[in-house]
Amino acid sequence: MAYFTQQLINAITLGAIYGLIAIGYTMVYGIIGMINFAHGEVFMIGAFISLIGFIICGSLGISSAPIAIVLVLLLAMSFSAVYGWAIERTAYRPLRGSFRLAPLISAIGVSIALQNYVQLAQGARPKPGGQIVSGGFNLFTADGFDVRVTWLQIIIVLVTIVLMAGFTWVIARTSLGRQQRACEQDMKMAALLGVNVDRTISLTFVLGAALAAVAGMLFLMYYGVIDFFIGFLAGIKAFTAAVLGGIGSLPGAMLGGLLIGLIEVFWAGYFSSEYKDVAAFAILVLVLIFRPSGLLGKPEIEKV
Amino acid sequence: MGPRLPLMLKDAGLTAFVAAALGIFIVGFRTVDMGGGKGLGFDYHLVDLLVAVVVIFIGRLGLSMAANGLRWPAIVLGVAMIVAGASPMKLPSGFLHWFVALGGMLLVIRAIWPWASDAMGAAARTPSGLALGRAGSKWFGWLLLAFAVLLPFSPVADQKTMDLGVLILTYVMLGWGLNIVVGLAGLLDLGYVAFYAVGAYAYALLSTQYGLGFWTVLPLAGMMAALFGIMLGFPVLRLRGDYLAIVTLGFGEIIRLVLLNWFDLTNGPAGIGSIPGPTLFGAVFAETPPPGKQTVSEMLGIAFNGNHRLIFLYYIILGLALITNLFTQRMRRLPVGRAWEALREDETACQALGINPTNTKLTAFAIGAMFAGFAGSFFAAKQRFISPESFVFIESAIILAIVVLGGMGSQIGVVLAAVLLIGLPEWFRDLGSYRMLAFGLAMVLIMVFKPRGLISHREPSIRLHPAGSGGGG
Repeated sequence: MAYFTQQLINAITLGAIYGLIAIGYTMVYGIIGMINFAHGEVFMIGAFISLIGFIICGSLGISSAPIAIVLVLLLAMSFSAVYGWAIERTAYRPLRGSFRLAPLISAIGVSIALQNYVQLAQGARPKPGGQIVSGGFNLFTADGFDVRVTWLQIIIVLVTIVLMAGFTWVIARTSLGRQQRACEQDMKMAALLGVNVDRTISLTFVLGAALAAVAGMLFLMYYGVIDFFIGFLAGIKAFTAAVLGGIGSLPGAMLGGLLIGLIEVFWAGYFSSEYKDVAAFAILVLVLIFRPSGLLGKPEIEKV
Repeated sequence: MGPRLPLMLKDAGLTAFVAAALGIFIVGFRTVDMGGGKGLGFDYHLVDLLVAVVVIFIGRLGLSMAANGLRWPAIVLGVAMIVAGASPMKLPSGFLHWFVALGGMLLVIRAIWPWASDAMGAAARTPSGLALGRAGSKWFGWLLLAFAVLLPFSPVADQKTMDLGVLILTYVMLGWGLNIVVGLAGLLDLGYVAFYAVGAYAYALLSTQYGLGFWTVLPLAGMMAALFGIMLGFPVLRLRGDYLAIVTLGFGEIIRLVLLNWFDLTNGPAGIGSIPGPTLFGAVFAETPPPGKQTVSEMLGIAFNGNHRLIFLYYIILGLALITNLFTQRMRRLPVGRAWEALREDETACQALGINPTNTKLTAFAIGAMFAGFAGSFFAAKQRFISPESFVFIESAIILAIVVLGGMGSQIGVVLAAVLLIGLPEWFRDLGSYRMLAFGLAMVLIMVFKPRGLISHREPSIRLHPAGSGGGG
């Protein structure tokens, strides 16, 4: 039981990170119907900017962890958002209205280019991030096994909950959210009614990139090591989460992220850690086969 | 020029600003290990970044000038950039020299493009131009074929060239195989390399464990890969295009992870070594014959030469590739081939006409997989060593890029794209990561500027009303 609880705590932490990335996929898919394959790379860049931000904070003598975290969070979010904007503007917008697979292929190109760009600029070696937040407390002890919750895990889950709540509010209550939902339903009609479609889509990418950057920072803090290749696997898992929850649905992305975290951690904990990624991919395949619209998604009707 | 210039300057300034924001942390602050347990520190590259931003400003300005018809100023800017890049002036890094010079070249090309394309269009419309174009499209393929067949006898056929030839032809074959799936049937397969891996491991295991020869295993490997294609395809082909892409990507990764972790069968990351090469009527390519075997040089009574093996491999892959091509050309005339193309254009209409989409897609998927299996066992026989490292996602992406750049569905386009994407970078091996960076950017640029590929007609194999017969157009 103690081992189970510990795994559950770890899984929720991991799931929170996946959920944050998954939101970017789900929103972009919802609004323009494309898989933003480069989203995982934005997450990776967010992690790198966070790493650089923490080192800068260290050299500026900011020793208080909360201040450093907030500063780095803002830094990573804003500068990754520029990446999200630039990617959409240069690689996807010219392809709107092209044949269906064109944006996906372009996105794969962006992903390859960004990976190698970071590898060139920052080197191929894994970068240790150091420990920003340490310590924690014992929840309880059973069967001679300490169930431990670290402060970091609490921070990760709290940050995720706050961001997701804020985000749900943006989508449900603000004019940006309304415009976004309008574009999702019918882009042409929304444009006719005075919604600036280009701007709305750009903002979707910006918001998605900012959330991915947060996930990148949390990933850096949680695992302590990043390299230029983390975006690929994390991106695919987050996409799986988005599909599992029902692509296009925000609560679905969060639920899917949580489930993927659970599956991965429990598979590694109880079966074999070598095949934990296989488990995640297998889930993706199974979900798409048996429930392509996901857990919370609406079935899609193909229109002629 | 007057009133537009401030706008252009503003636009270029914004672009440069965005570029600076993109680069400031990732490029400007390179994280390096300080050593001595001090953790990470910075190696500052802010000057590089500044130079790059200035270049981007000038380049963007030149581009908008060219777009607004101010060609001469754009050309002047471009030439200035080329001169700056080629000059011995000391820029902070060698890369920046290239960056400036290449940017200048692109700018010049962009500026003279309208003239060039006008001139080419006019030349192509003259009677002799038309005739040349028609003859070219008819004979170009045969010329390429003759070149490929005669290449080993030409004086340039040293070991490096032949190696490169084998490599390019392998990708041509993979491209043609994937073209069936992506180009004809319109299914985006991001895990094509999985079938390549299946073929390679099938040959590696059957030959090292059971002593089967290359020619025995070749059809088996193809069948095995096709079987995998059917097993994967059957459940997932009902999915829509981009979902299918991600599932195939996941499947490719599953295969790779299984190969990596199933030590008993695949020897894990260490891979399988000492795989026998292909034989010529039972004779092996070696200087001294293994016990009970004959070498080719003994059989033919010629002196041993290390190049013979390479030339033999070259003709095998050429033959395999041509079979793939011929097979595809024939399939396109069969009902199932027609159904592939029809499905690509409109799935709903096909269903209405009684075509079973799942089965039709499945044949395309399985046939594509089969050719990847053939290519895989050739790869294993050529390399004599395989490991999961050879079957990563980026390989699938490269093959896909070849098909897309070639113009989906165009057979000649695949050849041109393979030469361009595999041949050219191979000469620039030393560039390392820059090569892949350029590769990714090229994929984006092709999609943006020429989404239909180099050979950009996606002709249907048949028309109800042949062009010019007066039917609806």
